[in-house]
Amino acid sequence: MAYDSSKIEDFKNVWVFCEQRQGVMMPTTFELISEGRKLADELGVDLCGILLGDNVDGIAAELGGYGADKVLVYNSPLLKDYTTDAYTKVICDAVEEFKPEVMIFGASNIGRDLAPRCAARLHTGLCADCTHLDIDLNGYIEFLKTGSSLDVEHMSFESKLFDVNKNLKMTRPAFGGHLMATIVCPRFRPAMATVRPGVMKKRPFDEAGTKKVVIEHPAFQLAESDIKTQVLEVVKATKKLVDLIGADVIVSVGAGIGKDVEKGIALAEELAAVLGGVVGASRAAVDAGYITADHQVGQTGKTVHPKIYIALGISGAIQHKAGMQDSECIIAVNKNEAAPIFEVADYGIVGDLFKVVPEMIESFKAVKEAK
Amino acid sequence: MKIFVTVKQVPDTSGKVAVKADGTLDRASMQTITNPDDLNAVEAALTLKDEYGYKVVAFCMGPPPAEPMLRELIAMGVDEAVLISGREFGGSDTYATSQIIAAAIDHYGIEEDDIILAGRQAIDGDTAQVGPQIAEKLGLPQITYAGDIKKEGNTLTVKRILEDGYMMIKVQTPCMITCIKELNTPRYMTVSGVLGAWEKPLTIYDYPTLQDHPLIDKSTIGLKGSPTNIYKSFTPPQKGVGTMLKGDGKDTTNELASILAAKHII
Repeated sequence: MAYDSSKIEDFKNVWVFCEQRQGVMMPTTFELISEGRKLADELGVDLCGILLGDNVDGIAAELGGYGADKVLVYNSPLLKDYTTDAYTKVICDAVEEFKPEVMIFGASNIGRDLAPRCAARLHTGLCADCTHLDIDLNGYIEFLKTGSSLDVEHMSFESKLFDVNKNLKMTRPAFGGHLMATIVCPRFRPAMATVRPGVMKKRPFDEAGTKKVVIEHPAFQLAESDIKTQVLEVVKATKKLVDLIGADVIVSVGAGIGKDVEKGIALAEELAAVLGGVVGASRAAVDAGYITADHQVGQTGKTVHPKIYIALGISGAIQHKAGMQDSECIIAVNKNEAAPIFEVADYGIVGDLFKVVPEMIESFKAVKEAK
Repeated sequence: MKIFVTVKQVPDTSGKVAVKADGTLDRASMQTITNPDDLNAVEAALTLKDEYGYKVVAFCMGPPPAEPMLRELIAMGVDEAVLISGREFGGSDTYATSQIIAAAIDHYGIEEDDIILAGRQAIDGDTAQVGPQIAEKLGLPQITYAGDIKKEGNTLTVKRILEDGYMMIKVQTPCMITCIKELNTPRYMTVSGVLGAWEKPLTIYDYPTLQDHPLIDKSTIGLKGSPTNIYKSFTPPQKGVGTMLKGDGKDTTNELASILAAKHII
């Protein structure tokens, strides 16, 4: 019987693409497994990870610790390095064989290469770079109460076209974060989404899950002739990249350090060191060449939610705000009292960062030492 | 020997963005621009044209007002433009859009040594999906996030940028490559280019042009043929304004430090 993505009643279970590089699981995978667990529970189905690589059995069981019921492992020397063709073929064949109803990928440079290709081959819908996922309608409405400016009490959530309680509701920013849209894929399965790294919260690790999880190795077909690109080499960045997503404290610099870039960055680094944090940056600072792109927070960079976010000389373009406004405590220093960054700041100081930051360092040090 | 470049006209989301009361975008009040990443794809095409003598054809799906944008690309050095425009195409999601653009490029004719270049993603949707989906619909290999492209005969060597490094990948033409801003700096229009821009060919592909193509079917294009639908759209809530501390001296930073300490934030 031919595969038909529109026979939605044939599809069941939630799948997560478990991205690994060089045999190491990408941290986002654990966030996705955690989120996938929530979706699978809302649907009352199993959560299954799909892991492709060469000899990667050793990293499969850990997924159980974050909520996976099962992991399908596909090992082959042809899957060692990511190629669009090999990964697309193995995943699409697996989807056609097992028919999951929901499938999520991390919105990494690999996930965003792979997921659209799979969705096009499988004739189904894909929503890019999601920041919120819901199956349960009540959960979605609760999310809108705090996550939107909609008057949810006086809105209808019914639809004549589809069952609003069973379809995946995929919410994502659009137009540079000015608008949010919730997308559905009502007529085809699996409903597919890529999910922005750093947004979904990781569940507490549960050792028992690693023993319960079922690891399977389904048979599959893949030949060298299926792969039309050739990977010549994979090069890891030599410079240690800053880990913004895992940081508890981020001190970010913006165009405001332009007066004395070297000193501005040194001050940010010192302040970050006092608080045990790392240095981030706005797009303006990156575009101006003040600091490398791995430090960038915001729409095209990264979404962060540290405990403390300190914005120095950042005016607060909407893309930047969208990338950091869920931080627990935001402190902004800017010369311009009308800077939009103050709209999201918990504490604002109007002043020159070159004057304020050295004072701030001393004050914070004094408090830390007093403890 | 052709390079197809896919381009999109988008609202400038870095400028002032107006949202109407019903939560939709007030497009009329916004400036439109050529999608920034697409200009890097155009530049990559023109660089290859300068060296190897490709014919560069820009493909744009959108309403007729996109024509002046395409004339600007011609003024930069693009040889020909195709505007894919029709009511039947409206409301397409990425799946349906890629189906239509793939059909249009295939209708034009793809040969052994051709390349398709696209921008990484458009700033209105930020999906980065249409490039790979066009490649899939045409059965061509793809390389996304290209930070460098080198050519040797019909073989291209592309540096594919990753978050934690890069990959060097070899691919045969015909293929699809999506370009990032680090790839190059787009050139300006030239005076002679501007003067000649209205004489170069600009073809409109409407629904009748493409309707017999195997990829075009009313059930897979436009709003009705799109697998995804918008359920709700809304504006994010503004976080309430916090406390503005007075002054910018040591007293102020001491006050901040003690508030944070009292709340166990530091």
